[in-house]
Amino acid sequence: MPKLDLSAYDTKGFHDEMFDENNVVRPNYQLFLERLEKMSIRKLKNLQHATDRSQLSLGMTFNVYNDNQGVERILHLDIIPRIINNKEWTHLEKGLQQRIRALNLFIQDIYNDQKVLKDKIIPKEMIFSSVSYLKELEGFKPPKDVWCHITGSDLIKGGDGQYYVLEDNLRCPSGVSYMLENREILKRTFPELFEKLDVRPVNNYTHILRDTLESLSEVDNPTVVVLTPGTYNSAYFEHSYLAQQMGAELVEGRDLIVKNDIVYMITTNGLQRVDVIYRRVDDDFIDPEVFNKQSLLGTPGLFRAYLKGNVVLVNAPGTGVVDDKAVYAYIPRIIKYYLGEDMILPNVKTYICAEESDCKYVIENIAKLVVKQTDASGGYGMLIGPKSTKKEQEEFIAKIKQKPRNYIAQPMINLSRVPTITEENTIEGRHVDLRPYALFGDDIKIIPGALTRVALKKGSIVVNSSQGGGSKDTWVLNR
Amino acid sequence: MLGRVANTIYWMNRYLERAENYARFMDVNFNLSLELSPNEEQQWKPLVVITGDWPLYDSLHGKVEKTKVIHFMAFEAENPNSIYNCIVNARENARAIRTEITKEVWEQINALYYLVKETSKQKRFNNGDVRHFFNDIKNGCQLLYGMYDATISRNEGWDFAKLGQFLERADKTSRVLDVKYHLLLGSAKQVGSSLDLIQWTALLKSVSAYDMYRKKYGKLSSSCIAEFLILDTDFPRSILSCLISAEKSIVRLSGSSFGYSNTAQKQLGALKAQLEYTDIHDIIEKGMHEYLDDIQGKLNAISSSIYDAFFSIEPHIS
Repeated sequence: MPKLDLSAYDTKGFHDEMFDENNVVRPNYQLFLERLEKMSIRKLKNLQHATDRSQLSLGMTFNVYNDNQGVERILHLDIIPRIINNKEWTHLEKGLQQRIRALNLFIQDIYNDQKVLKDKIIPKEMIFSSVSYLKELEGFKPPKDVWCHITGSDLIKGGDGQYYVLEDNLRCPSGVSYMLENREILKRTFPELFEKLDVRPVNNYTHILRDTLESLSEVDNPTVVVLTPGTYNSAYFEHSYLAQQMGAELVEGRDLIVKNDIVYMITTNGLQRVDVIYRRVDDDFIDPEVFNKQSLLGTPGLFRAYLKGNVVLVNAPGTGVVDDKAVYAYIPRIIKYYLGEDMILPNVKTYICAEESDCKYVIENIAKLVVKQTDASGGYGMLIGPKSTKKEQEEFIAKIKQKPRNYIAQPMINLSRVPTITEENTIEGRHVDLRPYALFGDDIKIIPGALTRVALKKGSIVVNSSQGGGSKDTWVLNR
Repeated sequence: MLGRVANTIYWMNRYLERAENYARFMDVNFNLSLELSPNEEQQWKPLVVITGDWPLYDSLHGKVEKTKVIHFMAFEAENPNSIYNCIVNARENARAIRTEITKEVWEQINALYYLVKETSKQKRFNNGDVRHFFNDIKNGCQLLYGMYDATISRNEGWDFAKLGQFLERADKTSRVLDVKYHLLLGSAKQVGSSLDLIQWTALLKSVSAYDMYRKKYGKLSSSCIAEFLILDTDFPRSILSCLISAEKSIVRLSGSSFGYSNTAQKQLGALKAQLEYTDIHDIIEKGMHEYLDDIQGKLNAISSSIYDAFFSIEPHIS
């Protein structure tokens, strides 16, 4: 039976996580490679198939927006893991903690004293023009002064082998259920490797999450719920998974009612008070009284109850202002301003179209840049210069000229690659990013693991699940 | 428990029970038809009539053909009660209340879902395939009941589940009996003939009652069969048995066993008492069809009262 042969594996032009530039395996992948090379192609294929089947059986499916209703897909899990050694991880951990601490101070400041604006660290128009800035929150301080309890930043590694933060995702970062379930599946796929490799466990995430949520309420034994838009939402699997793992009630907006600024859920035995809501509904939809009037996903009066301090919302509303891609460009300065420290994890160089000189540069160099809409996510509203047509570039230039505030641009980064099983059952490098998860209660905890998203199409750098991306389990080693 | 969640659990269990019953009805009928002279209308129309979906079938297909009836009851997308739709709905409900059920139960419902999805894509069925499918549905549902029984706490959710399951089962037993009893008595000239016995046996098998009936009565007789399926207190699929079980659940949910605390409990208790204090001769004298029709009407009324008492929002906001 033919054994797997990786001698022809091509690392040219990119940073590869398994092999160095001389095609020598990196130490963190040594044991894994030995296991892989003992395997026949058929065995590998069988393991991969078993994985697909477990995902279906677990119901790890998502609905794709704009797709036919009722079409469910699984997020393809490639069984070759991303392995990170302890030293690299410690660096990431410190960098993320620094960043989240600073961003939290920043959010508190812009809704209260606005010192950062008065000191002209960031132009105030930039903040007030952000669609995610909520004027209603001015003067408000959430419990324990924590705004971004749950973060799932997107990191990438460039050709230089350096990690960069690409996005911070302080609103409703998703994907953590995949981190947890991928691990359960891979433990079944490679049990002998887990015995030998000393991989740090991730499965206490939901316990820490529950503790974090409970710590925000002053009530003893608070009632914690997860608020979902419902079964048609693409991340519904995750909402139900987290609720179930935490032992929290999974509610929809219509299950809640606000009376005298107190939130209740409607049960078979009458009304029951709710203390903490882990909401997976965007700010704009949580309360039709204050925000989107057409929203059927929210609960009228919820925001009032929140401002009165009668219920805790997690994450706090208004954090989306940091996810604005134009605000992102100022984060190095924000960190310096609040913490007096240099940024540990660098940003990707960002050109702000709202600034005249940057805008000129972007328009002249659009063919080599990645242009992004400042309030979009999920890989939408984006132009990848080197892979676009002349016509697409011109369309984007017109849009930028019309509303410069809505666009930023970044140089194209050659994302690092990890060996991945292709549809033809060969192994080739595919580009990946990294989404670790942080929980901020009494302190900031980074879970030693992550969702590694992989662009399955050859050459593609778009890793979003809605655009043909898959995932990998991420092993953080204890050494 | 959230009212919406309770409603979803209730319907999830009704759908599953319905799918399982349909699979059994068709399997038994299929088996029976192999031994009868080929008359598709005579053999397959009653099955559609039992489900109460004859008008829909008639408007979609008109002519009765075995393959069309099977397709209609098993896979027809436009038939809200087809096995396919029941399983898809049950699974959609299970997704919505994933936090109320265990991993075992969820994975089994999911397995049933992939079974109907895959099978419905098949273009052609030979006889063997179809019976395999019926069997897989029956076994799959029963496996699920077992998992439910072995892994779910006896909490509020459990009682809503059982309420849904037993009311659905009572309804289906009453419908099978209603339709078949008439057909069989109608062909009076065949009474006592071997053909007749095959048909009465099939009726019992449709509700998995054959073995337990034989054990209790030995000989086949129409009134004994009716008595067994309506009034038996030990056989878990008889109408009265189902009502006894459903009442236990509604008593726990309503919190009082003396008298009643809502309309649903009142109606359910009254229907159970009605069956407890009657005997089969009264029923036959009054007319079997009228009697069973009345039961079905009352079961529907109970279901809507359950909705008002537990699931709808209005009573809670005042």
